[in-house]
Amino acid sequence: MLDVKNLRTGYGGVEVLRGIDITVGKGEIVAVLGANGVGKTTLNKALSGLLKLTGGSITFDGKPLDGSPIAAVEAGLIQVPEGRKIFPNMSILENLELGSYRRGRANRARNLELVFSTFPKLRQRIEQMAGTLSGGEQQMLAIGRGMMAEPKLLILDEPSLGLSPLLVEEMFDLVKRLNAEGLPIMLVEQNVVQSLEIASRAYIIENGLVTMSGTAAVISADPELKRAYLGL
Amino acid sequence: MQRNWKSDWIMYSPIILIEAMINGLLTGSIYALIALGLTLVYGVLHIINFAHGATLAVAMFAVWGLNIAAGIDPYLSILLLAPVFFALGYGVQRFIIGPAAGGDDGNILLITLGLSIFIENALLASFGSDTRAITSDLSFSVVELGPFLISTPRLIGFAGSLIVTVILWFVMTRTDAGKAIRAVAKEKLGASLMGINVAHVYALTFGIGCAALAVAAGLLMPSFYVNPRVGGAFVNIAFTIVVLGGMGSIPGAMIGGLLIGIVESLSGLLLGESLGQIGIFIIFILVLLLKPTGLFGAKA
Ligand SMILES: Nc1ncnc2c1ncn2[C@@H]1O[C@H](COP(=O)(O)OP(=O)(O)OP(=O)(O)O)[C@@H](O)[C@H]1O
Ligand SMILES: [Mg+2]
Repeated sequence: MLDVKNLRTGYGGVEVLRGIDITVGKGEIVAVLGANGVGKTTLNKALSGLLKLTGGSITFDGKPLDGSPIAAVEAGLIQVPEGRKIFPNMSILENLELGSYRRGRANRARNLELVFSTFPKLRQRIEQMAGTLSGGEQQMLAIGRGMMAEPKLLILDEPSLGLSPLLVEEMFDLVKRLNAEGLPIMLVEQNVVQSLEIASRAYIIENGLVTMSGTAAVISADPELKRAYLGL
Repeated sequence: MQRNWKSDWIMYSPIILIEAMINGLLTGSIYALIALGLTLVYGVLHIINFAHGATLAVAMFAVWGLNIAAGIDPYLSILLLAPVFFALGYGVQRFIIGPAAGGDDGNILLITLGLSIFIENALLASFGSDTRAITSDLSFSVVELGPFLISTPRLIGFAGSLIVTVILWFVMTRTDAGKAIRAVAKEKLGASLMGINVAHVYALTFGIGCAALAVAAGLLMPSFYVNPRVGGAFVNIAFTIVVLGGMGSIPGAMIGGLLIGIVESLSGLLLGESLGQIGIFIIFILVLLLKPTGLFGAKA
């Protein structure tokens, strides 16, 4: 589904990622883990076409991605960004509608139903301004907005950030459920233990490179994990 | 409205005061149209478009020119000029300002400043600094509304502004393009991730602002004059409206425009035409002192 080869990128001459190789297959949950500031969000921005690559390539669904956010969305690579980035001045309904601005517009009504059946709470308050939602509700809205674009791959950047332990649990359940319906997910997280519980495979990024990768079971068992995770 | 009673305001009959308020309100609706593009561009791009006044002058010259050269009625010319100015605003932002700014919105501000100087001088070179007007029977005609005498061009101006407001409200709340504009205004990154083309949205915003100026020009010309510097006076008023209504707020610009129109008219009546602008200036200072975010403004 997603095939990233030797990806390099950074900000204004400072290279943050120095050759990343990652693949996500059909039906997988792949966890991408790493300490603060290691470049996970930077990787997501590059995948979504918000950051130019300085090297390497991204192949999605068998075709190269040309590096614009529009092309990424059109191809079905949909990202739910860190910090949600919902439209605070707009209603829940409008946020969801804009999820299908570029892709999935023809099935907007049907997909709205799908989102509302996944998040019944959102249905009850479609007119509420998104900026007045609680953190957990905003995260639901952000994921729902992503679902409106009929993703072929959903990238979630720290969906559990800022949620209470109970909601974190719910969030991971949701990710598992979405995946069970056939949606491949790339899960970028700091919550290592819970991510590995639901992921099929995982990558650990350190110093701009993937330093460890394999099935979630193998990575969980690895004595290096603790060192890698706490390494920075 | 040439009334020369300069005595104490208590002397004015309520009819004259109310009439002044109505006429001010009507004029204010056109000010609102001018403020609209300014506040929209500020709300979405977070810059002041310094070329706004110059663009208004161009639009007014266009209305005047169409009338002189082809005898086209100013109101009718709106139907032609609004789409043309939309395309012009769209094109200038998309293909000139945007690329020249190179992704840094701060540069856009400087480019619009340069553009305004260029336009003003181009107008001066082509038309000189003379003041021109369109005179028609309509210019001085009045309508009797009960005891009140209302200027006909202002009444038509109000109706035109109302139509634009309804269209704009529809576009902003009911179409994907309008929703995309509102989305980019508050959350550019999130909008990009939905596949919204930010450059396109910026250009749409400019286009709408310019189209509103074209409408304002068509509504103004029957009762106003044009010269290359005419935009400056209007933009000063429009800027006060934008601050009063709240920077970036469309309803704020509408309500603010009406209020400023009333204030201008009343202070013109009470203090004399030459001092009428003082009322606007006082409002400007008061807003900055008491409620810097304006009537409808969000927190900074
Ligand atoms: N816009 C930017 N300009 C310059 N440097 C940036 C920018 N955004 C991020 N960086 C830098 O790039 C590095 C990686 O940041 P990034 O946000 O990708 O980390 P992260 O792994 O997502 O961290 P976290 O887990 O805290 O979200 C950091 O050193 C950060 O300071
Ligand atoms: Mg991050």
